[in-house]
Amino acid sequence: MITLADGLRLPTNGLDYAILAIYFVVVLGIGFAARRSVKTSLDFFLSGRSLPAWVTGLAFVAANLGATEILGMAATGAQYGVAVVHWYWIGAIPAMVFLGLVMMPFYYRSKVRSVPEFLLQRFDRSAHLLSSVLFAFAAVLIAGVNLYALSIVVEALLGWPQWVAIVVAGLFVLAYITVGGLSSAIYNEVLQFFVILAALIPLVVLGLKRVGGWGGLTHSLTSSHGPNFLTAWGGTGIGQANPLGANWLTIILGLGFVLSFGYWTTNFAEVQRALSAKNLSAARRTPLIAAFPKMFIVFLVMIPGLVAAVLVPKIGAPGGLQYNDAIPYLMQELLPNGVLGIAVTGLLAAFMAGMAANVSSFNTVFTYDIWAKYVKPGRPDGYYLRFGRLITAIGVLASIGTAFIASSFSNIMGYLQTLFSFFNVPMFVVFIIGMFWKRASVKSGVWGLLAGTTAAMLNYFWIYKQGIIAIPTDQGANFVSAIVGFVAGALVMVVVTLFTEPKPEAELAGLVWGTTAPGLEEPPSEGDDAWYRKPALLGWGAVALAALCYLPYSL
Amino acid sequence: MSELHNEVSELERTSATAARLFDVRRIIGGLFVVYGVMVTIAGLTASDADLRKAQNININLWTGLGMLALGLFFLVWLKLRPTVPPAAQDLPEEPGARS
Repeated sequence: MITLADGLRLPTNGLDYAILAIYFVVVLGIGFAARRSVKTSLDFFLSGRSLPAWVTGLAFVAANLGATEILGMAATGAQYGVAVVHWYWIGAIPAMVFLGLVMMPFYYRSKVRSVPEFLLQRFDRSAHLLSSVLFAFAAVLIAGVNLYALSIVVEALLGWPQWVAIVVAGLFVLAYITVGGLSSAIYNEVLQFFVILAALIPLVVLGLKRVGGWGGLTHSLTSSHGPNFLTAWGGTGIGQANPLGANWLTIILGLGFVLSFGYWTTNFAEVQRALSAKNLSAARRTPLIAAFPKMFIVFLVMIPGLVAAVLVPKIGAPGGLQYNDAIPYLMQELLPNGVLGIAVTGLLAAFMAGMAANVSSFNTVFTYDIWAKYVKPGRPDGYYLRFGRLITAIGVLASIGTAFIASSFSNIMGYLQTLFSFFNVPMFVVFIIGMFWKRASVKSGVWGLLAGTTAAMLNYFWIYKQGIIAIPTDQGANFVSAIVGFVAGALVMVVVTLFTEPKPEAELAGLVWGTTAPGLEEPPSEGDDAWYRKPALLGWGAVALAALCYLPYSL
Repeated sequence: MSELHNEVSELERTSATAARLFDVRRIIGGLFVVYGVMVTIAGLTASDADLRKAQNININLWTGLGMLALGLFFLVWLKLRPTVPPAAQDLPEEPGARS
């Protein structure tokens, strides 16, 4: 949950507002221009599976690059220092590469239209319904929390009342997604990606100049925070104390393996971007293309965080400037009108894109996985298209409602977010076992989901919160809970499988490693055999580059 | 399995996105050229206070020129490699099905 300190009002002028106004007009324009391409429900929910890889790839990064992520990661940088790189180089990159190289062929070839739909094909209706309903709830909740965070930032920076920001941003998102569907959401995400770069790069340049370059920055921080603040792994030996409250093992297993793989490979708001690509090659390249910008974005959020830690030594102390204020504070201190307008626009665009990504995945799951499977099956496609538009509007209105609730009960919201975050972990267990173990039985899916979620929650809320085992920080406890949830989910799946029936081999074709469904191989498109479009090269290149990035911060 | 396959394949055949969706490069190019010009002008007319605030870097000028260059890059790319008309990629047994 984001809160900003008072006194961060930006000195915006007419030029800045003109830049912002133009952006809002373009956002709506994209929605209405995309409308004529929406003929079937598949056009509305998955852009007709026809977008090029670079578009879906940039949308894949941007869907995650919401403003809560930007402000939050800058805050993590200001609080924990260079350790924030773990969320990118070990947290995101391996998971994105795994999605592209290993999992995407199963997702894309099986023609499922959502992540829960894959569970229906591989396991049964109970696993499917459970994951669909939880995802739909979580998506609306996260969209609402995003909207609430936007209203706090807008109130602090521009002085608009919170309810005005919630209603205005909510209605803009409603308009462009309801009219233009996923194509409109994805195009706006691509646009937002470039605007946010145009906002953050000048901020990084000026911030570094202000503190005397990278040399000046490291010098000041070493003397104020100690040398470990500027290394990735310093102080992460098991038993050593560090501000993150985690050791190298929980970082690699908890954050790098379980949490990140759960988020990047089974969160439909991300996977949906790849499923809208025009062929299997483009779908596999979506997360791989995304990995390259993702790996360098960390500098654009970490450096403002570090600079803020130098300029405001007391940052994070109660009553003063908070960690989340790092980027708004630097915007206020360093950016003249003009670039300031770009930065405000980029921040608002990031909030709206973060919300839109959740709404456009919510409507797909609700329509295809809940409504068309359990409530009104067998209707003509036009019905589901109309219903999809309706449920999009309802979803946005529900998020607006959630945002208003969040503004009076923000603790409950934080609690709920933690709850839902524990659901991603068993999703990953169930997927990975389901995709690689033919024997995993039909019933093991739903029990794996339930057991993993329960175990992660028990560990977090009982063993950690009640102090039965001492873990220094929430962050560290999160990593441990993820590992516990993964192990419990896997164990229960194996045990249930031993006592229940497997799925008939014929029904597993194309869903499990080592099986092929006849007639599914598409001929490769022209030009897809170019060396720079080879998924293996892109994927391993990204992993190698991420490992190289670690070097200067590990020696 | 095959039921889902048939349903989605049928929707793919009647989908209109490939044929009718505009190219996003036009939007990125257009917006960044407009922003680039606006911010560059702000840089050319920057006051001393603006410059002092930005650590004596004319940040509006540089950002504006950068955005202008990015916008032009997308417009030139679009000009050189326009969207391939989807009719050329249609399956042989579906001539003109997307029109």
